[in-house]
Amino acid sequence: MAKTPVDEHPQKVYGWAATDSSGILSPFHFSRRDNGDEDVTIKILYCGVCHSDLHTAKNEWGFTFYPVVPGHEIVGVVTKTGKNVTKFKDGDRVGVGVIVGSCKSCECCQQDLENYCPKFVFTYNSLYHDGTKTYGGYSDMIVVDQHYVLRFPDNLPSDSGAPLLCAGITVYSPMKYYGITEPGKHLGVAGLGGLGHVAVKLAKAFGLKVTVISTSPNKETEAIDRLGADSFLLSTDAAKIKAALGTMDYIIDTVSGIHPLGPLLGLLKVNGKLITVGLPGKPLELPILPLALGRKLVGGSDIGGMKETQEMLDFCGKHNITADIELIKMDYINTAMERMAKSDVRYRFVIDVANSISK
Amino acid sequence: MVKAPTEEHPRPAFGWAARDSSGVLAPFNFSRRETGEKDVRFKVLYCGICHSDLHAIKNEWGSTIYPVVPGHEIVGVVTEVGSKVEKIKVGDKVGVGCMIGSCHSCDSCANNLENYCPKMILTYSAKYHDGTITYGGYSDIMVADERFIVRIPENLPLDAGAPLLCAGITVYSPLRYFGFDKPGTQVGIVGLGGLGHVAVKFAKAMGAKVTVISTSTSKKQEALEKLGADSFLVSRDQDQMQAAMGTLDGIIDTVSAVHPLLPLIGLLKSHGKLVMVGAPEKPLELPIFPLLMGRKIVAGSCIGGMKETQEMIDFAAEHNITADIEVIPADYVNTAMERLAKADVKYRFVIDVGNTLKSSN
Repeated sequence: MAKTPVDEHPQKVYGWAATDSSGILSPFHFSRRDNGDEDVTIKILYCGVCHSDLHTAKNEWGFTFYPVVPGHEIVGVVTKTGKNVTKFKDGDRVGVGVIVGSCKSCECCQQDLENYCPKFVFTYNSLYHDGTKTYGGYSDMIVVDQHYVLRFPDNLPSDSGAPLLCAGITVYSPMKYYGITEPGKHLGVAGLGGLGHVAVKLAKAFGLKVTVISTSPNKETEAIDRLGADSFLLSTDAAKIKAALGTMDYIIDTVSGIHPLGPLLGLLKVNGKLITVGLPGKPLELPILPLALGRKLVGGSDIGGMKETQEMLDFCGKHNITADIELIKMDYINTAMERMAKSDVRYRFVIDVANSISK
Repeated sequence: MVKAPTEEHPRPAFGWAARDSSGVLAPFNFSRRETGEKDVRFKVLYCGICHSDLHAIKNEWGSTIYPVVPGHEIVGVVTEVGSKVEKIKVGDKVGVGCMIGSCHSCDSCANNLENYCPKMILTYSAKYHDGTITYGGYSDIMVADERFIVRIPENLPLDAGAPLLCAGITVYSPLRYFGFDKPGTQVGIVGLGGLGHVAVKFAKAMGAKVTVISTSTSKKQEALEKLGADSFLVSRDQDQMQAAMGTLDGIIDTVSAVHPLLPLIGLLKSHGKLVMVGAPEKPLELPIFPLLMGRKIVAGSCIGGMKETQEMIDFAAEHNITADIEVIPADYVNTAMERLAKADVKYRFVIDVGNTLKSSN
């Protein structure tokens, strides 16, 4: 007979879970494995609320196994290390992002691309190597294989640094892979939310010229005055769009809602690249002629490997790049989810787990 | 008042043109400019029939200027050269492809990418620098600026070489640019028509392992035995497609009809690239998850610049690559268009202009 979440493993854990597609989260008792030889046990201090948490809680992608404890932007303190663990010691400040396992032997894993391993394991809602389900960071502690644990730079705050573990790497990785790091080049960032605002900060640190492309006119001042973007393009302003045609070397598209790709393609120069990092639930319309006439491309990118995630954190530490956050208590999570669905957050909620998760 | 086609320019010309969107071609008297100081004038010997010609005569893209003389796979022998022409002389075998003008000053032109110049001028149904309409290769004479002339090597047959000027460069350019030309690369070619069959030949010559992906089993034997493809996938066969998932480094998709991209993206290995060279008239659906989960790319490509077109012709001559053609007389052209619409040709019609396109005047 299948064990219950509480009985599955020896260590008792407390968190918040969604139990059905209403997506409503509530207190949930479960358990985690003992700390193995390769493992690190982490007392969770903060956990970012990623839009993927909402998609998963509501089973919008159709592969949620309830009950689900979301959370993959986790920052905490090491409380135990297995005997083979060399990289960390008790008291270290660490992070855990979107994956907690992979096969470690395929070509992708060997090239530090665990995120493209066909057998990677998500931090939550996935099956671990022992056959049990993974539970995420809306909980008081987590046990993770050292390979998937990240060192948090000393000067990076734990709360505003947490969202870098998903949002940060999600935009940093394609910037490196697609060559969006050359000073002076022009990057468009479509969508100014959790991903978009970090993309603007990283791009400015790389020395790029940045235009924010958005459907909300009220984000213009934010984008330019606070985040440092060079210009703002309102997608509904036909005249401004026309003037901007063929002016961008790249666009990072962070938008998860359904939207046509044609207008974005038009903004690209010849050989321009449109990189999609948002996760719309349905296919998007792609006109082929504009793609061909300018030798343009649409490329995907999905988080980053562990080595690159560490590199990203170190880069952010060096350039003092953090997310803009709203710190919340655990029991505010359902309201936070509702507000996030309406993009009513600047720009990430972060749960103050250690101070507000109580049994 | 607008001049008649016969009066626009000083030198008479004869060709076959479509006068309306019925697309029916018929004899047409017009004129061409004098040979300018940078121009090359040549007697047309052969002209390939590209599917774009069919789209254009029927105004399927909505941009045709009638009367239209199609043809942009044009080969012939030089009869006159302008005083400033450096590389071409009378008697040379030359060709002209899809474009005969560009701005010469933008970034694209400066990088030998005239095909991406925003002011690129098409060989037919476009406005030239002097404001007159361009006429293509279903005609007895062509005049073009030297920059847009391709030299045909001695050993390349003119008739079977003509289609390389559009079909050839259209697939050669992305094979190079997207890195599918490394020996051992697993390349998929979708669609086995004018573009597809030449793509197989080029890819094999570059050392790739080639899989042809087609909707019908009828082309399997051809693909494997005559064209040299290494394997063949029937796209409607779910089991075959499933078994081939994640096996291709790159795909060149030559299909112009609307078709699903999801199965093709699935055939790619992670970090694979799907390059579209056919241009469906409606947008296609792009599934985002599979693109992200494998960091895959969907790109487009459009012919190639003049430098690369010359390189492609020289490569073809070196490797004895030509198109598989059916040579036809000029007055067969309307029947050829009907057959082309039904993909009833292996794999390109080529008009024997030199011997059969004659004015009755």
